[in-house]
Amino acid sequence: MKRAFPILAVLTALLLAYAFYEALWVAPMERTMGDVQRIFYYHVPSAWTAFLLFFVNLVASVVYLIRKSTKADAVALVSAEVGVVFCTVVLVTGPIWARPVWGIWWTWDIRLTTTLVLWLIYVSYLVLRRFSDSSQTPTLAAVLAIFGALDVPLVYFSIWFFRTQHPQPVIGGGGSIDPRMLHVLLINWLAFSCFAFLVCWWRYQLELLKRDLEEAQALEALLGSEGLPATSGRAKLPLKKTQSRSGTM
Amino acid sequence: MSSLRSITLATLTKDIRLEWRSRDAINSMLFFSLLVVVIFSFSFDPNAEESREIAGGLIWVAFLFAAVVALNQTWARELRNQVLDAYRVSPAPANALFVAKALGNFILVSLLEAVMAPLFMIFYNLRALGPAWQLIPVAILGTWALVVNGTFFAAMSLRTRSREIMLPLLLFPISIPAVQSMVEATRIILAGDGSARFWIVLLLTYDVVFTTACLGLFGTILRAE
Repeated sequence: MKRAFPILAVLTALLLAYAFYEALWVAPMERTMGDVQRIFYYHVPSAWTAFLLFFVNLVASVVYLIRKSTKADAVALVSAEVGVVFCTVVLVTGPIWARPVWGIWWTWDIRLTTTLVLWLIYVSYLVLRRFSDSSQTPTLAAVLAIFGALDVPLVYFSIWFFRTQHPQPVIGGGGSIDPRMLHVLLINWLAFSCFAFLVCWWRYQLELLKRDLEEAQALEALLGSEGLPATSGRAKLPLKKTQSRSGTM
Repeated sequence: MSSLRSITLATLTKDIRLEWRSRDAINSMLFFSLLVVVIFSFSFDPNAEESREIAGGLIWVAFLFAAVVALNQTWARELRNQVLDAYRVSPAPANALFVAKALGNFILVSLLEAVMAPLFMIFYNLRALGPAWQLIPVAILGTWALVVNGTFFAAMSLRTRSREIMLPLLLFPISIPAVQSMVEATRIILAGDGSARFWIVLLLTYDVVFTTACLGLFGTILRAE
């Protein structure tokens, strides 16, 4: 598994470079919008990746509440962090595109607002995790994730009542797209998903190591406070587990 | 079932009696929302037509901020003398405690609204052009929407550092659809601008969904170790 990581990293880098080339040079120029439209190849794949990660977060949160598995909690944390990063990319690239095309940076349109509220909910999720460093944090965070998931459809319906300005989704939304553009879009999505998976994987291993280290330090402090000589050999005992786990990466 | 009702009733009467004797929360809420109303009226100087358009937003934002003041106090009382820990180990149903606290907050915030709404009407020269009786279901459903999630998130933020600031950070993002529904419904009724039915139904849906979620998950929050 440890050897798989650099291989995957190289493959992802190649795929990202290829997707970049396809988006900027191969994809045909859009007739009315011109080159500005190419931001679409970054905006849409980021949005799909962010929504996918938030969905992973919800599933991991539910699994945590049922099974109380710390691995599910680590997956939930990691997917929320990386999801917020991708969602931020969506919220930044959107206005850059909207300004020349719509003439405005922002509008309270259904998809924009829902994405913004989703971003707010997950930022508050990360704030909650940062502010409570007790053993109850995973439970509280998992419950908040479920509340957030219940909230999103309500946000969607509340804004659905207003006229929507965002272009119809190109996939399954009745819009038409040049097959070459679709090809480039899907390659970009694949590249972004691989990249997100890579970052999540790395962050997940880091999180597990961090937890093992905290456990080892707590154990060391406990042994020290009991008046036992906290020798380096004793302190290394739980750390060995850490090393063996990173070995199986 | 009877134990659920009797425990709910006992907790609720205890909270109301304590509040009646001290009047801490209600007084600070009343003064706080009065300040918000006065500051808003300095920030905008609207005529009657404009104030119909913006009053819905002002009034609900004032109530939302005031409700946070009360909600932060909800569980603080139970932390002293480890009352909450005693409750956690007792066989009493967790939801009885939650329902009692939510109802207590609902009564408190409703009382605040009953006092402040006429004041709003006077300060902003408001007169509803639409069916004014519809403001009552909007107020009831809207208050419950704020209070049910607020009570729940107050219980959650008890477990965090700097819990006073944590409650609005958790509550406001989740409350966005509810606040939007209340504000829009109030605006439509005050301006007599079509039917507010869609927003009232949405508010009702919000209440049903989140009341169910709170009742389903409160035990997990209370007993999280």
